Amino acid sequence: MTTTPVMQAENIVKELGAGAGLVVAVKGVSLELVPGELTLLMGPSGSGKTTLLSILGCIMKPTSGSIRIADTKIDGLSAEELAKVRREHLGFIFQSYNLFPTLNAIENVRIALDVRGVKGFAATSRSEEVLREVGLGHRLTNYPRNLSGGEQQRVAVARAIASSPSIVLADEPTAALDSENGHAVMALLSRIAKEQHRSVLAVTHDPRTLGYADRVVRIEDGRIVGEERRPEGIDSPEITDLTKRRKLHA
Amino acid sequence: MVFTLALRNLLHDRVRLAVTLIGILFSIVLVAVQLGLYLGSSRMITANIARSNADLIVTTFGAKSFEDGGLLLGDRERHQALATPGVESVVPLVVAFAEWRKPEGGSSRVVLIGSDADDQGLLPWGLIQGTVEDIKAPDAIAVDSTYLSELGINGVGDTAQAGGGRVKIRALTEGIRSFTQSPYAYTTLNRARQLLGADDDKSTFLLVKLAPGANITAVQKDLAHRLDSADVLTKDEFESRSLKQWLFRTGAGLALIGGAILGSLVGTVIVAQTLYSSTKDHIHEFATLRALGSSRGYIYKVILAQAGLSAIMGYVLGMAIALLILYFSRNSSLPLVMTPGLAFWLFALTLFMCAISALSAIVKVTKIDPATVFAR
Ligand SMILES: Nc1ncnc2c1ncn2[C@@H]1O[C@H](COP(=O)(O)OP(=O)(O)OP(=O)(O)O)[C@@H](O)[C@H]1O
Ligand SMILES: [Mg+2]
Repeated sequence: MTTTPVMQAENIVKELGAGAGLVVAVKGVSLELVPGELTLLMGPSGSGKTTLLSILGCIMKPTSGSIRIADTKIDGLSAEELAKVRREHLGFIFQSYNLFPTLNAIENVRIALDVRGVKGFAATSRSEEVLREVGLGHRLTNYPRNLSGGEQQRVAVARAIASSPSIVLADEPTAALDSENGHAVMALLSRIAKEQHRSVLAVTHDPRTLGYADRVVRIEDGRIVGEERRPEGIDSPEITDLTKRRKLHA
Repeated sequence: MVFTLALRNLLHDRVRLAVTLIGILFSIVLVAVQLGLYLGSSRMITANIARSNADLIVTTFGAKSFEDGGLLLGDRERHQALATPGVESVVPLVVAFAEWRKPEGGSSRVVLIGSDADDQGLLPWGLIQGTVEDIKAPDAIAVDSTYLSELGINGVGDTAQAGGGRVKIRALTEGIRSFTQSPYAYTTLNRARQLLGADDDKSTFLLVKLAPGANITAVQKDLAHRLDSADVLTKDEFESRSLKQWLFRTGAGLALIGGAILGSLVGTVIVAQTLYSSTKDHIHEFATLRALGSSRGYIYKVILAQAGLSAIMGYVLGMAIALLILYFSRNSSLPLVMTPGLAFWLFALTLFMCAISALSAIVKVTKIDPATVFAR
């Protein structure tokens, strides 16, 4: 199955800090994301994963390099124009969920639709729909403080997919979760990629997540050092255990 | 969702909300009281002029206020005025300070107003005892019930000495307050002249009514030309002259307006402070919103909604307290006045105050870097 990439990043370089504290966090990364795939971005702490994710997510501007999203070049766009690209194409999931503590589950999803101009009944019913999709149909009006970590992260997943973005970016989505919840969230991300034909990129440290990946990209010291792909034809992540093929990075 | 988020942000920290509301409330009450006093004073100062049945008022040249006319106009002026084309009637009115001797001893001052009921020039209003007819009786006088004890009397039937003669209370009014704190005392034209020791053709003002169809400006000009030792003013002109005298020459009005400005400044500073600290506390949420793709405008709307909601809540509370103060001041010698207009302007002021207050918070969120969402 050949698919056109929804995102193409070419030769991304990012310098952070200034003067003596200058760090080149990303040193010429090229990466493509295609629909229907869950890609994991793995690498040691400080290797530039979050920085790269922020750049791919149009939240941070690269020092050099170019990014295309849905065949549109986003280089040189203003902050407001980048916000528009995020609204139209991207969904985000954060390590610490970043839910609004004063809004309940449904409102937390609704606000992501609200900033996109989707309001009223359409917004409410869509929010309910995605919360049901992530298995939270019984927690619609709970506030974050009354939800478990796993449930909170599932609200965040619902929020990320509510506007049907073509790309979902997640930074350490399971880092704050126990094993069971971690698996549940990864299964969800994999399902979102497959069933909804989205491109999902998740930064992770967590070897438990490997089993869900279609593709694993390895980054070290700001450079991509390797890439593995699940053999075609096998579509149950439980069967394909990439951890068994870890010879590349022992 | 903008309002939902704004409201939740406000309710999230009750102490801060309380401080915000107290700040706005304090401001509103202060401004309402100051402006209410200003309006109340203005009304007291202009009430008799406004009640005068006249299109034009002839005063002695340079008279600064209703109480300042002297008794210099005579029959000559009255006839000249009557002879002016477009003038239908000219009614004399006497207004002057007079000494008031209380029956039990001691004295104070009143402003004696002499006008004949049949002339319909200027009659006491808000009568709660007695009638306008009763004031026609010899020695009869009407005063306001607020000032009874100040005048050393108990009510209708009591007698006292005003100027050069004896007077008997025949009627009582309610709500005719005096800015000078010398109560108005209404009697007939001739009795007022007698009490003041004036000639029987003298008066302080001539109240001019125009014939139907006459052009007020033309008649005013003509009258001014003929009466060279007098001023000819419309009611509005005379009212503003009196206001200028009592509120601005004395500094009372400036003090009231200054107090109002100070009140709104203090309110603005308090609200700006709380709104800024609330925004700082929620900065991570605003950064998340920004990362989710919200425009800057959306975030400004949340902050402005917080300001607007605070304004509405603060206004309602402030107004409630201001109206309470107003209620308790109703029988005092300087009652506050609240009009729908003033209530509207106070609300506009509150919104304006809160919008200004939002500026520092808006500057703060403008600097948000959405990249901070990953740095936690
Ligand atoms: N604002 C900054 N100024 C200077 N250097 C920075 C800044 N932010 C990050 N860095 C540096 O850039 C490099 C990459 O950081 P980044 O956060 O992308 O790493 P990471 O792979 O996400 O690490 P972790 O797994 O610990 O989250 C690190 O060396 C970090 O110290
Ligand atoms: Mg990181």
